[in-house]
Amino acid sequence: MTRLVFARLLPVWAVLLALLLGMIMVWFAGANPIQAYVELFRGAFADVFGFATTLVKMTPLLFAGLGVAIALRGGLYNIGAEGQIYLGGLAAALVGIYVHGLPSLAHIPLAMAAAFVAGGLWALLPITLKLWRGVNEIITTLLMNYIAILLVSVIASGPLMEPGAPSPYTPPLEPSAHLPVIIRMTDAHAGVLVAVALAFTLHFIFARTRFGFQLRMVGANPSAAAYAGLSVSWTLLLAMVAGGGFAGLAGASEVMGLKHRLFEGFSPGYGYDAIVVAFLSNGQPLGVVAMSLFFGALRSGANIMQRSVGIPVAIIFAMQGLAVLFLASSLALRRRLATAHRGEQETRQAQVIVGPR
Amino acid sequence: MSILENALLLSALASAVRLTTPIGLAAIGAVISERSGVINIGLEGMMLSGAFAAVVGSHYLGGPWMGLLAAMVAGGVVALLLAYPSVTLGAAQIVVGVAINLAAFGLTTFLDRTLLRPAGIERVAAFHPVPIPYLSELPLVGPVLFMQNPLVYLMLLLAPALTVFVFRTPWGLALRAVGENPRAADTAGINVTLVRYLAVATSGIFAGMAGAFLSLGHLDLFTENMTAGRGFIALAAVIFGKWHPLGALAAAFVFGAADAFQLLVQTYNLGFPYQFPLMLPYVLALLALAGVVGRSAAPAAAGQPYPAEEA
Repeated sequence: MTRLVFARLLPVWAVLLALLLGMIMVWFAGANPIQAYVELFRGAFADVFGFATTLVKMTPLLFAGLGVAIALRGGLYNIGAEGQIYLGGLAAALVGIYVHGLPSLAHIPLAMAAAFVAGGLWALLPITLKLWRGVNEIITTLLMNYIAILLVSVIASGPLMEPGAPSPYTPPLEPSAHLPVIIRMTDAHAGVLVAVALAFTLHFIFARTRFGFQLRMVGANPSAAAYAGLSVSWTLLLAMVAGGGFAGLAGASEVMGLKHRLFEGFSPGYGYDAIVVAFLSNGQPLGVVAMSLFFGALRSGANIMQRSVGIPVAIIFAMQGLAVLFLASSLALRRRLATAHRGEQETRQAQVIVGPR
Repeated sequence: MSILENALLLSALASAVRLTTPIGLAAIGAVISERSGVINIGLEGMMLSGAFAAVVGSHYLGGPWMGLLAAMVAGGVVALLLAYPSVTLGAAQIVVGVAINLAAFGLTTFLDRTLLRPAGIERVAAFHPVPIPYLSELPLVGPVLFMQNPLVYLMLLLAPALTVFVFRTPWGLALRAVGENPRAADTAGINVTLVRYLAVATSGIFAGMAGAFLSLGHLDLFTENMTAGRGFIALAAVIFGKWHPLGALAAAFVFGAADAFQLLVQTYNLGFPYQFPLMLPYVLALLALAGVVGRSAAPAAAGQPYPAEEA
């Protein structure tokens, strides 16, 4: 019994262990660990510019994290969020640059819809190959990331490159396609509001609709779902394509809200961080909101911490990696313990009925 | 063909071989791990740890060979950090791999800034090209293959050795059985967990060597995030090479040659985007998986924990 209580709290221990290791690293670097953590927290939340940075950093993680989470609920691994982000950014940039004379109220939704479609289409090939050819989606989505990154590079350094630009990027988007700033004098843009609204919508879809129920059933037990008469293939196809669309929105919000141009290599691996965010949230949309806020805050606060205490920002990536490693291990261990516990109980019940061997 | 063009071609091919080596070493090791059913997304982090350990080892233990040894140990240890959660506990391999990459990037950068730089450790003793007698005098292959540094030769020797291991030995048979059908392998008396641990550790050791090539073969120092995605390219090479060590080596060469070629395209302005040659291997790998060009299929149990989770 005490073992089970310990097992319930495992994720808490995992995060505490990562924070403790982080403190040791700070101490090793010759700074005061408590002061460093205080600066980190203040940097992420207490200062208006820091908080704005937190929102900016969490937005792509939230959109893409939702994209990975949708697939995860159906039991699919979407490692291709990175590529879908690039395709979404590309589509949003094309609509933002070449469509003229629209009011913002039409231009913004149009560009975002284009990004959703582009990201979704980029996810269509991997899921098609999976369903009709049995090709592992982890492998195909990984390969397609590179094609997407290089494709954006071709376009941003070739046909669409701003004349005379020092590095590959396109001309700016029309102002009507810019996402509005939500905190004056900062970079914080409306993308985060759209992302949070979509997370609540997804939460509702998962909890209350037929599709949400089907997706959960297919993810938990595909053969039982098929036996119950559900179309497993169509459910998975829809989940993967919608997931690609959400990741595409992450690209759109970076381009339309932050950079206002399409840059070569504009995502520094948000798609991979999104996998971690979605997994730690167990595929729950509201959990993705909390996790992306947490990760965004760490990144924003780390910059302040580097300036005031002199600890390299890299420590954050080390702590994040360790936290995920411990968490993933502890969740798996908890499942193992629970299974073993259930097994013991069943054995005991069997002994009551049949008598000890 | 003029002498000048000839020299240009030879230097391009030799540079292709150098660009192949880190991808190739990591890829042939990753074949072993994938054949056992573990997808090693953490390859990038293992390479980066190897690159860092190689510099530390070369400085403190005396010379590039000790650096290589340190890199192999580091890669192997990081691999065990992947193996314990994903093999023993059954945690999602992909998530653990991504976590390893994050942690390795963070830790090596952190240690570089707090340990190496303050200690003034920058350039260390590195590997130098060692021409092989007789072979290096052969036309074409001599200057391309046999005037390289020892890690290149190591790769050329290890790829066929691993091929024999995987396809011609009982251990190789056990490895493939575990990757295709762990339950059947278990029934046949094969220790699935042990095989997967050894396979993942092998992959880590090879990734460590690949990292050592970056920091001690290509350069003589560590730079932050110096793998720059090569671990993922190595995973693509495993797929393109159809989960075969020699295939993975050939695929790695395609990636290396594409890289060398795109440098030429950029330098001489050949009139088409330099990204196209870089894109080609990924497109070909996808076509192979889709069954359009040849056939290519992953080990059946790739990515799945064993024993499988009861829902």
